[in-house]
Amino acid sequence: MVEAELSVAFDPADRAREADNPHSLVVRFGMDKPLTLDAGIDLAPFQIGYQTYGTLNAERSNAVLICHALTGDQHVANLHPVTQKPGWWETMVGPGRPIDTERYFVVCPNVVGGCMGTTGPASTNPKTGMPWGLDFPVITIRDIVRAQAMLLDHLGIASLFSMAGGSMGGMQVLQWCASYPRRVFSALPIATSTRHSAQNIAFHEVGRQSVMADPEWRHGRYFAEGTNPRRGLAVARMGNHITYLSDAALHRKFGRRFQDRDNPTFSFDADFQVESYLRHQGVSFVERFDANSYLYLTRAMDYFDLAADYDGVLANAFKDTPTRFCVISFTSDWLFPTSDSRAIVHALNAGGARVSFAEIVTDKGHDAFLLEEPKLFAIVRGFLEGAAKARGLPAARR
Amino acid sequence: MTMLMRFKRDLTMAEAVRALGGARVDLLAVADMVASGAKVLDVGCGDGELLQLLAETRAVDGRGIELSREGVNECVAKGLAVIQGDADTDLADYPDDAFDYVVLSQTLQATRQPRIVLEHMLRIGRHGIVSFPNFGHWRIRLQILLGGRMPRTDNLPYAWWESPNIHFCSIKDFRELCHVVGATMEKSVALDAWGRALRFNAPWWTWNLLGEQGVFLLSRREATRAPPLRPGR
Repeated sequence: MVEAELSVAFDPADRAREADNPHSLVVRFGMDKPLTLDAGIDLAPFQIGYQTYGTLNAERSNAVLICHALTGDQHVANLHPVTQKPGWWETMVGPGRPIDTERYFVVCPNVVGGCMGTTGPASTNPKTGMPWGLDFPVITIRDIVRAQAMLLDHLGIASLFSMAGGSMGGMQVLQWCASYPRRVFSALPIATSTRHSAQNIAFHEVGRQSVMADPEWRHGRYFAEGTNPRRGLAVARMGNHITYLSDAALHRKFGRRFQDRDNPTFSFDADFQVESYLRHQGVSFVERFDANSYLYLTRAMDYFDLAADYDGVLANAFKDTPTRFCVISFTSDWLFPTSDSRAIVHALNAGGARVSFAEIVTDKGHDAFLLEEPKLFAIVRGFLEGAAKARGLPAARR
Repeated sequence: MTMLMRFKRDLTMAEAVRALGGARVDLLAVADMVASGAKVLDVGCGDGELLQLLAETRAVDGRGIELSREGVNECVAKGLAVIQGDADTDLADYPDDAFDYVVLSQTLQATRQPRIVLEHMLRIGRHGIVSFPNFGHWRIRLQILLGGRMPRTDNLPYAWWESPNIHFCSIKDFRELCHVVGATMEKSVALDAWGRALRFNAPWWTWNLLGEQGVFLLSRREATRAPPLRPGR
């Protein structure tokens, strides 16, 4: 179906190398420092690929942890080593940006289960010398956060000045604040939720099934068998990508316009611009992402239900929290709607937390948190400014 | 969505406060009633003018609720802890005695259910501070009496069909509501058209006639407290 566009130059070996020896910083934990997983397994040895920007101050009080979303990685503000595209949050993180790397020390790790240098299904299993594949244990958001805490211990950061993340990144932010409240001075959970909804689990299941339906998936053993389930993964991405946008945004960008033609071809070619766009999204995703990682990380999101760990009472997850929160949602986000953010705010209020909440008007859907959105930038900048003052960090140089 | 103040969309709460006149004086009168270092919830906080004033002059731990998105965005960008919400529906979610002061600055007359909002205020806060435009002011009385139409003044510039203020009251009316909900008036200030405080020992009827705005510090009268309103969950 997406045959034509799949001729993109792509060497699976490149990505495999990235999983074990990433073009980023990497910390390797030996057998003596296992990552204890919720599944009841000690993962050791394991490694975390990460990037840092800016300088940690003498007091070690200006660190900001950035948590990436499902298909993101540690390359938040530098050229991506595989795609050669700008970092995924360069508009937000950098010198003079809202998360100002001239003032803050920014750390962004690749998540456990990812494929860009942190141990995941694409990494080499030391026992077999082959990629883990489906032998990799199922992981949770809690596991991801636990690994990040080990990274911060390694970096000598006892307490974060702030942390930010959208979508699955926001889930990590919330989990951090529940698991390690004393280590987080301020937090920005953006376009996220304390639990994945049935609808979102449903979308993920469609994505996973399309990967598994690809005959090249081979029950996750595609590395060993020299195949690659690129069609399945591309279709999964196409489906998910629709959920990141909105009806209005799709209409604004593409309408019913034809692609490179004036009339329909009466075939199943990509007649419409929106089809061509989605196919491109699918194909370029396959280039940089591992199909098994997609399965594991969507699963981790599905399992996320923060209140469930606190007798079903979300407020108890944040009881007496000292963290300053800024919760942000977008009006056209139907994947993580404003009502999800409101539930977080209610729980925080009930726990007496210091919380700000803003809903930003936009037609850009869930993806708005990654895009040029001046109101988002102003809010993040102002919130961090206030937090920096309270933390006693020096004022911005003008 | 329900509305705290039925403004045209582009009007923030603070602009409305300014439109109501004497904003600074009104806010200073409120600030005068707040003890230093207190925990304060400003319901209908607009662009955060009062919260900033309280932070600067009283070192309070301030929080705000504001209906308009523009107001909220402005507040958060200033580093204030403000959430987007509606006084009529969202106060129910706050626990008892969560704040030292709950402030309704030029907000009460714009709520759908002032009595319930006032009761929540006294439940959530150990003290309540309410300021509102006095509908018993002589100029307003005169407009109705002589003009036979809904009054419009510099402070209340809206036509009846576009006004955010849907529950006007006089100082006399407000005293009665305080009695009904079991609130004690600890401090009272009436401001005249020039924002000057009226003489403290003047009789109530002169306040009701000459005060353009009333500012009141309230607390619960425990003995006669109405059955507390609990969150609806």
